[in-house]
Amino acid sequence: MEKDQDKILREVTDSEYKYGFVSDIEMDMLPKGLNEDVIREISKRKEEPEYMLEFRLKAFRKWQEMEMPHWAHLQIPEIDFQDIIYYASPKKKEGPKSLDEVDPELLKTFEKLGIPLEEQERLAGVAVDAIVDSVSVKTTFQDTLAELGIIFCSISEAIHNHPDLVKKYLGSVVPYNDNYYAALNAAVFSDGSFCYIPKGVRSPMELSSYFRINAANTGQFERTLIIAEEDSYVSYLEGCTAPMRDENQLHAAVVEIIALENAEVKYSTVQNWYPGDKDGKGGIFNFVTKRGICKGDHSKISWTQVETGSAITWKYPSTILKGDHSTAEFYSVAVTNNFQQADTGTKMIHLGKHTKSTIVSKGISAGQSNNSYRGLVKVQKGALNARNFSQCDSLLIGDQCGAHTFPYLEVGNKTAVVEHEATTSKIGEDQIFYLNQRGISTEDAIGMIVNGYAREVLNQLPMEFAVEAQKLLQISLEGSVG
Amino acid sequence: MLKIKNLHANIEGKEILKGIDLEVRPGEVHAIMGPNGSGKSTLASAIVGRDYVEITEGDILYMGESILEMPPEERALKGIFLSFQYPVEIPGVSMVNFLRAAINEQRKYRGLDPMSPSDFLKLMREKKKLVGIDSALTNRSVNEGFSGGEKKKNEIFQMAMLEPKLSILDETDSGLDIDALRVVAQGVNALKRPDSSTIVITHYQRLLNYIVPDFVHVLYKGRIIRSGGKELALELEEKGYDWLKEEYENSLNGAL
Ligand SMILES: Nc1ncnc2c1ncn2[C@@H]1O[C@H](COP(=O)(O)OP(=O)(O)OP(=O)(O)O)[C@@H](O)[C@H]1O
Ligand SMILES: [Mg+2]
Repeated sequence: MEKDQDKILREVTDSEYKYGFVSDIEMDMLPKGLNEDVIREISKRKEEPEYMLEFRLKAFRKWQEMEMPHWAHLQIPEIDFQDIIYYASPKKKEGPKSLDEVDPELLKTFEKLGIPLEEQERLAGVAVDAIVDSVSVKTTFQDTLAELGIIFCSISEAIHNHPDLVKKYLGSVVPYNDNYYAALNAAVFSDGSFCYIPKGVRSPMELSSYFRINAANTGQFERTLIIAEEDSYVSYLEGCTAPMRDENQLHAAVVEIIALENAEVKYSTVQNWYPGDKDGKGGIFNFVTKRGICKGDHSKISWTQVETGSAITWKYPSTILKGDHSTAEFYSVAVTNNFQQADTGTKMIHLGKHTKSTIVSKGISAGQSNNSYRGLVKVQKGALNARNFSQCDSLLIGDQCGAHTFPYLEVGNKTAVVEHEATTSKIGEDQIFYLNQRGISTEDAIGMIVNGYAREVLNQLPMEFAVEAQKLLQISLEGSVG
Repeated sequence: MLKIKNLHANIEGKEILKGIDLEVRPGEVHAIMGPNGSGKSTLASAIVGRDYVEITEGDILYMGESILEMPPEERALKGIFLSFQYPVEIPGVSMVNFLRAAINEQRKYRGLDPMSPSDFLKLMREKKKLVGIDSALTNRSVNEGFSGGEKKKNEIFQMAMLEPKLSILDETDSGLDIDALRVVAQGVNALKRPDSSTIVITHYQRLLNYIVPDFVHVLYKGRIIRSGGKELALELEEKGYDWLKEEYENSLNGAL
């Protein structure tokens, strides 16, 4: 298993610059604004089949009747949806000409994370005239998976090449009319990942959208669909630890996971979109709908997220536990600093008998930020012997930030056992000093304490991701203690 | 090694140290005794640079250099170590990670490469034996759920790992059982080098039977009111502090 992964990694890294380079790109961009014509045009430019266009239009019509949700503990500035470009071929955007034009703070962070130069340019959106042909990279990677029958491609490709699967599952967990942002996504989604694990197959490697280099700039309205057939297993990694600059202020992604009988899906996210500057200017608004369904008996879905970026985060990866004996987990670390706001948590909907869910949420707030946990545990009448355990901890750094916990509980039968624990603590001067006295700087001390605090969650991440995430937590909190 | 000159210090605006003079030369062991609340821990805090201790007058020289402006981590890197009276718990941070960070910071400061994991583990094994600390403890998070005595033992274990030049032991003996006290004291002695010095803050003669001081100082109301040889500790053990307090108060009255 380890070996396969090494092989693929090597293939990808070796082949990265060997293949063709693309230059001389023509502009490919729709004007600002959203209406049915724009939707038709998006679908046309992507050469989509009719069924997709219908899906998009249906969603758009619904979205027009909907209103932006206001229940979250967030202050969201007015968003003018007619002032957004909904289709722009990602590679053609104006960016800095070279790294010299990029924010030095950002470059420092890249250095600390040990990101190679070429990667830095890509992440900073530098307009390099030689663009890595990611299709080639991807192909090598896909061959190895294809031998096992695993499909891992962009959702656009899947729409063309696997219409039966897409028709069957797209919108089946997050319906086009689920919520305001999900409807918007369904109408205009740009691209995303598609993953299909056939019956009885364990994916030999972590599937990562990180390798799909071309996906880096399509994050605005990303759409991901993961289908795990009976007895299959996959671990999927989304995002990367480097702070991503993106001119798109609004992000509204949708992720759907389907786990059939005895299947297991592990979905790990590291989200580090641009959080805005120290004074709260700029930054990404991240409104995400992520939901999985444990459709078959004995299936399992496990969400792990490390959220450090974005100016505003609105995100509740949820699981519907439909199959009997199915299991769901949600492990989350959310860090907010400066003027960031996060309202994040999960929903666990117990429908099947003997279903079990675990929630571990660690909120860390610093600066003048606001960090809320919002979670719903719902046990339906028929979900006999359902179990839930929730642990929601908040850590405060400094005294100008806020931490809030909103646990909701709806229990429909008497056999359910639901436990909720919550704590709020302040990072201790004593702890920092103790580490100082052993020669560790305050910055490193905070990193250590915070990582210790979040350890239960970080332990859930795949190894190489965990190491990066640890560094990331520390970097995100830099300057938070005087 | 350490020279404290007319040190005055406030905590929250209240003067706690009222003119301390103390010189510790290489190789010496100094014991500081004195009633509760007299300022012993405050003095230790001032030396290691806790920010709530505000120095209002005087100076602290370490290796000939004033350290008042030096951040605490740099003082530590230069070889000052405090065995805390109340060690804190740091949940989730493993002893191994913590000590590796500490050791490697020190090595970096001296221009050395990080220690290899195998050398580090070897060093840990060696020092664990020296201070008689159990692996069950060093495999846990820093001080998390340690008993009082275990925490103290862990302080000395860290001292053994870091090999400081100047060690300040703040009531390391309190909380240790008789056997542990002996093992820990032997460990401290084994770590002694001709160029290292120790300040032992204690209430009891017992520790001083093992770690024999060259000088004993009595701190009272923020001043050193008596200094002497190791016999002074025996005398205090026998007679308590009242006679010294009385002498001191009388001398004050006389001065008025
Ligand atoms: N952080 C603090 N805030 C306020 N007052 C403090 C603080 N630390 C110490 N003090 C006060 O300073 C005085 C000296 O305390 P210190 O801890 O130095 O005494 P000590 O000699 O070490 O006593 P003990 O033998 O009980 O350990 C006490 O009156 C104490 O209450
Ligand atoms: Mg004390």
